[in-house]
Amino acid sequence: MNWIAIAVTFKLALLTAAVLLVVGLPIAYWLTFSKWRWKFIVESVVALPLVLPPTVLGFYILVAIGPHSPVGRFYSDVVGHPLPFTFEGLLLASILYSLPFAVQPFAAAFEQVDRRLIEASWTLGVSKLKTFFRLIVPLSTAGLITGAVLSFAHTLGEFGVVLMVGGNIEGETRTVSIDIYDEVQALNYAGAAKTALLLLAVSYSVLLLVYAMNRKVWAVWPQR
Amino acid sequence: MAAALTVECRKTYPGRFTAATQLTLPLDPPRVLILFGPSGSGKTTLLRCLAGLEWPEEGLIQFGPTTWLDAASNIRLSPQARRIGYMAQDYALFPTHTVRGNIEYGLSDLPVEARQERVRELIALLQLQGLEQAKPAQLSGGQQQRVALARAIARRPQLLLLDEPLSALDAPTRSRLSGELRALLTQLHIPSVVVTHDWAEALTLGDVIAVMQGGTILQTGSPQEVFSRPANAEVAQIVGIETVVQGHVVANDNGLATVSVNGTMLKGLAADVNGTAVYVCIRAEDVLLEQSGSGVTSARNHLSGRITEMLPQGVLVTVTVDCGFPLRAVITRGAREELGLETGSLVAAVIKAGAVHLVPRSTQLHMGRSSQ
Repeated sequence: MNWIAIAVTFKLALLTAAVLLVVGLPIAYWLTFSKWRWKFIVESVVALPLVLPPTVLGFYILVAIGPHSPVGRFYSDVVGHPLPFTFEGLLLASILYSLPFAVQPFAAAFEQVDRRLIEASWTLGVSKLKTFFRLIVPLSTAGLITGAVLSFAHTLGEFGVVLMVGGNIEGETRTVSIDIYDEVQALNYAGAAKTALLLLAVSYSVLLLVYAMNRKVWAVWPQR
Repeated sequence: MAAALTVECRKTYPGRFTAATQLTLPLDPPRVLILFGPSGSGKTTLLRCLAGLEWPEEGLIQFGPTTWLDAASNIRLSPQARRIGYMAQDYALFPTHTVRGNIEYGLSDLPVEARQERVRELIALLQLQGLEQAKPAQLSGGQQQRVALARAIARRPQLLLLDEPLSALDAPTRSRLSGELRALLTQLHIPSVVVTHDWAEALTLGDVIAVMQGGTILQTGSPQEVFSRPANAEVAQIVGIETVVQGHVVANDNGLATVSVNGTMLKGLAADVNGTAVYVCIRAEDVLLEQSGSGVTSARNHLSGRITEMLPQGVLVTVTVDCGFPLRAVITRGAREELGLETGSLVAAVIKAGAVHLVPRSTQLHMGRSSQ
């Protein structure tokens, strides 16, 4: 088994989930509570990675962070090397690719929070930001864990985006899914099978966790 | 000008009505204002505008020297900045927090010791000892209501807003707790606005009643004034109690109380009456008129008096009889002709004890009130 690829994959998935937990919360909050009439435009953009072929998404990300784009130029001026075909570039692509897997469960959980509780908190002098952390987050834990776990699991298995943006650099951007593909190309079915089984087991366990947690009869808050 | 809460708001409800509300509540001494009216009359909306949870298109809300809302100059004070205590109809207790956690939720800017002291005070005041660690779902309706009240008053608000504070409770608990709530409001000495659609609750809790319909305040006055002298037919229909007079209980014989109203003795049912000061409430359709001196009936109250006023309304006539206090009865035109009733006629009014509703008014009540 290619332990280096496994390490890269888990590092990528963990970082993606962590960043999305931070970045996804304000986006989900805005999507849930904003009264802006054109909100659906943003909603559609966030959901786009669900339907777009990963190669298409990867292609656009590659162009957007490449040396010919302002973003790419700015990055290489500041950091000293270009963004494509590095772990950081891959991380950025993974975050965009998994965005709906985090934001949608977050927003669904926020939607479930009774508005009257939020209003009660405001009338008690607690600011909107503090209300979010003291009331909305504790009431949305199941949804927050679901979003983080799903974006983690989704990143574990990504292939097209990795290939387009990360390439196949051992120890840097070579992930498990690419390793499996390479093994099959090299007709090493036994090696591919071991890695594939590991990925299957991890993905299945993660989904088991999510579904068990969202079971109504097994509420996270038994008092509710 | 003395400090007052003044409200002037317009809010449109598409497909329903445009609410135009005007209201003034003097803040000194603090009074309990009741927003009274049928459901859908805009009471809750007005309360939410006061809380800063809803925004009228046009309007001005002034609390003493502070402007809470001035739509014209785009001043919109947030709910956080108004220092109010707001209690929603279903209490909106935080399910993830304990009783203690709910009560101290709004006190996070206090130092730990002051916060603990305040929570102790409130737990004692609202008799929640032993429930500190319970979650809201483990509490009875009455206990939930007390936790919600404790939470609302924890920050010593300058205005208390209660939306149907008793409606989530079952009937026996409600009548018990309404007296307790009145005592608490009197003790707190905070200007309060209470929404209710229940006339007994309005009489128990209120110093001033504003009758609402279609988003508009039709009449404002003391409970007795509003109930006994409705400004127009609409108010009369909403309040539905034509005779409301003050009396005091002189005897209570196993729930059948004898009440003196200006010296006239009446019998009424008094299951929940503890104090002696009461409002005596009688619906006009529960009063029977007969020619003076005729017959003995099962009814406990036979009062004689002279007719002071007769108001024909369609097939019915509203008759006011002076029997020590003005008593209103409603009879048909036919009955009036048969009995030969005219202004000045002597009649007997017959009322069953069960139709004489006694609403307790604790004696403390009048302490904080101006001489109305």
